[in-house]
Amino acid sequence: MTGTTDLEVREGVDRETVEAVQNMGSYKYGWNTEIEMEYAPKGVNEDIVRLISEKNGEPEWMTDWRLEAYRRWVTMTEPKWAMLNYPEIDYQDQYYYARPKSMEEKPRSLDDVDPKLLATYEKLGIPLKEQMILAGVEGAEDAPSEGRKVAVDAVFDSVSVGTTFKDELAKAGVIFCSISEAIREHPELVKKYLGSVVPQSDNYFATLNSAVFSDGSFVYIPEGVRCPMELSTYFRINAENTGQFERTLIIAEKGSHVSYLEGCTAPQRDISQLHAAVVEIVILEDAEVKYSTVQNWFPGDEEGKGGIYNFVTKRADCREARAKIMWTQVETGSAITWKYPSCILRGDDSQGEFYSIAIANNWQQADTGTKMIHLGKNTKSRIVSKGISAGQAQNTYRGLVSMHPRATNSRNYTQCDSLLIGDKCGAHTVPYIEVKNNSSRVEHEATTSKVDDDQLFYCRSRGMDEEEAVALVVNGFCREVLQALPMEFAMEAQALVAISLEGSVG
Amino acid sequence: MLKINNLHVKLEEEDKQILKGLTLEVPAGEVHAIMGPNGSGKSTLSYVLSGRDGYEVTDGEAELDGEDLLDMDPEVRAAAGLFLAFQYPVEIPGVGNMTFLRTAVNAQRKARGEAELTAGEFLKEVRVKAAELQISPDMLKRPVNVGFSGGEKKRNEILQMAMLSPRMCIMDETDSGLDVDAMRLVSEGVNALRSPDRSFLVITHYQRLLDHIKPDVVHIMSNGRIIKSGGPELALEVEQNGYADLLAEAD
Ligand SMILES: Nc1ncnc2c1ncn2[C@@H]1O[C@H](COP(=O)(O)OP(=O)(O)O)[C@@H](O)[C@H]1O
Ligand SMILES: [Mg+2]
Repeated sequence: MTGTTDLEVREGVDRETVEAVQNMGSYKYGWNTEIEMEYAPKGVNEDIVRLISEKNGEPEWMTDWRLEAYRRWVTMTEPKWAMLNYPEIDYQDQYYYARPKSMEEKPRSLDDVDPKLLATYEKLGIPLKEQMILAGVEGAEDAPSEGRKVAVDAVFDSVSVGTTFKDELAKAGVIFCSISEAIREHPELVKKYLGSVVPQSDNYFATLNSAVFSDGSFVYIPEGVRCPMELSTYFRINAENTGQFERTLIIAEKGSHVSYLEGCTAPQRDISQLHAAVVEIVILEDAEVKYSTVQNWFPGDEEGKGGIYNFVTKRADCREARAKIMWTQVETGSAITWKYPSCILRGDDSQGEFYSIAIANNWQQADTGTKMIHLGKNTKSRIVSKGISAGQAQNTYRGLVSMHPRATNSRNYTQCDSLLIGDKCGAHTVPYIEVKNNSSRVEHEATTSKVDDDQLFYCRSRGMDEEEAVALVVNGFCREVLQALPMEFAMEAQALVAISLEGSVG
Repeated sequence: MLKINNLHVKLEEEDKQILKGLTLEVPAGEVHAIMGPNGSGKSTLSYVLSGRDGYEVTDGEAELDGEDLLDMDPEVRAAAGLFLAFQYPVEIPGVGNMTFLRTAVNAQRKARGEAELTAGEFLKEVRVKAAELQISPDMLKRPVNVGFSGGEKKRNEILQMAMLSPRMCIMDETDSGLDVDAMRLVSEGVNALRSPDRSFLVITHYQRLLDHIKPDVVHIMSNGRIIKSGGPELALEVEQNGYADLLAEAD
């Protein structure tokens, strides 16, 4: 994440992008932080589930909820329908709980946070002000803020290490904290909503997550409140051989409004690591949630060694009338991506949007898309997917648009564009469309093209080198989606597009 | 400045010879025009000089200030000061015209070891130059050449040329498709750039461009070679009599 402290507005591929391209050759976030870790024993069983629950200081109802999920999970089998090819995952050969030793005693204030941890956030490019706050610098809250404020919840391996701007948010009635804190402090909200969008039994990975999730973020926006700043979670997998299972729960009460950003990185490792997160979003009448992700987990090296296996279940429930969700994702990392942020358009006149950039280079495999489930009348959805494949990578868009009998007068528009760089990669589009009433309409447009030699030559004849030319053309191809991102993320995403296409030409 | 000697070029993919021993020299500060019937290889010459793929040089050489051009990557030629205003400028969807320009300017500055322009410096310069060519702020924001009219595309090429300040400017039929007013704008843009250490190679079909941009030398090209060179009067001769006599004379 480059340049977040430098908020000068830049257009297009900025200087850092160019430098980043020049410094290419290694995954930018591939360092690991040497912090003493505390691990639970390898593998998963009821005792491990109990231990995780106990470490988080959870009440009994939560432990029971986890155990119920675990007992279900052992009866399930891993889904194999995605266009993904990876070695068998040994679920007993992973750590399910790791946390920095310095967190053993919960820090009473952020002063107690290990400085190395803070250095980690610095490398992640968490905006300066948030770093100060995370570091507990006195008066940081009042320091003049450059540009827009972003409140950050940082999750390092399994543990949330700090949330910024808590007091200011509290004044607006917004709750933004780690999910483990929410379970302790706001059990009535968690009990009411946890598992109400993604039930424990939803799918293999979600069920496993329900049993062993370690931490994650919790957001509650009260009725009529427009969240005064962007909320953001940075996820970082640091420990080796450790699965990461975060759980995020967002509740937007009637007429409320929030924009939430999620950023992810992981160090470079030879051995693949498992990541199975669940995000649940509940959106009530007239409320709006915008959820943006820049996912840059380690993708594996040029030979396809290592990398994160990313199996994620994200779903928003527009539960009441005129509720609105907008998912925007930039998926550049991970060896394997299995991810379909979905919208349940239950309330009449509710709306779902999905904007996606998925880049797969080298040996990466991405199978990603969305589900738009139209249940209410006059519901609308829009899907814009930009898939870029380079190297030997395989990129699949998989999308479901379903119009139920009651969802009269509903609309969907899908645009699905694939761009190929080189001739060893693949792009696939798998749309599923079901329309069960007469008044609804579904439109689907798909294109596949190769990166155009004339465009590249035109750029090069103006002085850009080949990598820069590709990055520029690809950023242009993705423009519609980049524009849907909050500004800070858009710049980072552009830089990432350039970095992740490293070595894709020539 | 630009020195081309006995250049032979064929298509890479098929056995088709396009340039057949072309020799040409453009000294510093001069404007040379190339005229010639369609298909004589004018665009091919401009592409080969700027380094486009798909051609094979089978003989001869081309130098910019004594350096072998043909060995350089296109972006290296650009940084060395070569510029081609395309006959058919390429559209790049989703990339703002301004972003494109700034990326190009800074890429060249960086390649030459110069400091990059800040957003402010760049904006100031581009606004002035765009105004001179009557390029609207809206056109600067729109994606590169997408939905531009023929005349807008050509003016945009001249804007790029003005921003990149190349030393050797090749213009491939920049005048075709321009109305009288646009022609005047483009010519004024080019004339403003004329200087003792900048040269131009202007490919055109029409005398009227050369009324505005006064060439030092006019070359007639046919079938992959220069068949005749002379002063500005040569262009007038072509205008009045066509190529037939010149071609016959060459045979
Ligand atoms: N890529 C190509 N494939 C096939 N023929 C080509 C190609 N490029 C040029 N030519 C041919 O080479 C000749 C010269 O073309 P060109 O350089 O465009 O001429 P001019 O610009 O003088 O009209 C023409 O016969 C043209 O058809
Ligand atoms: Mg031509």
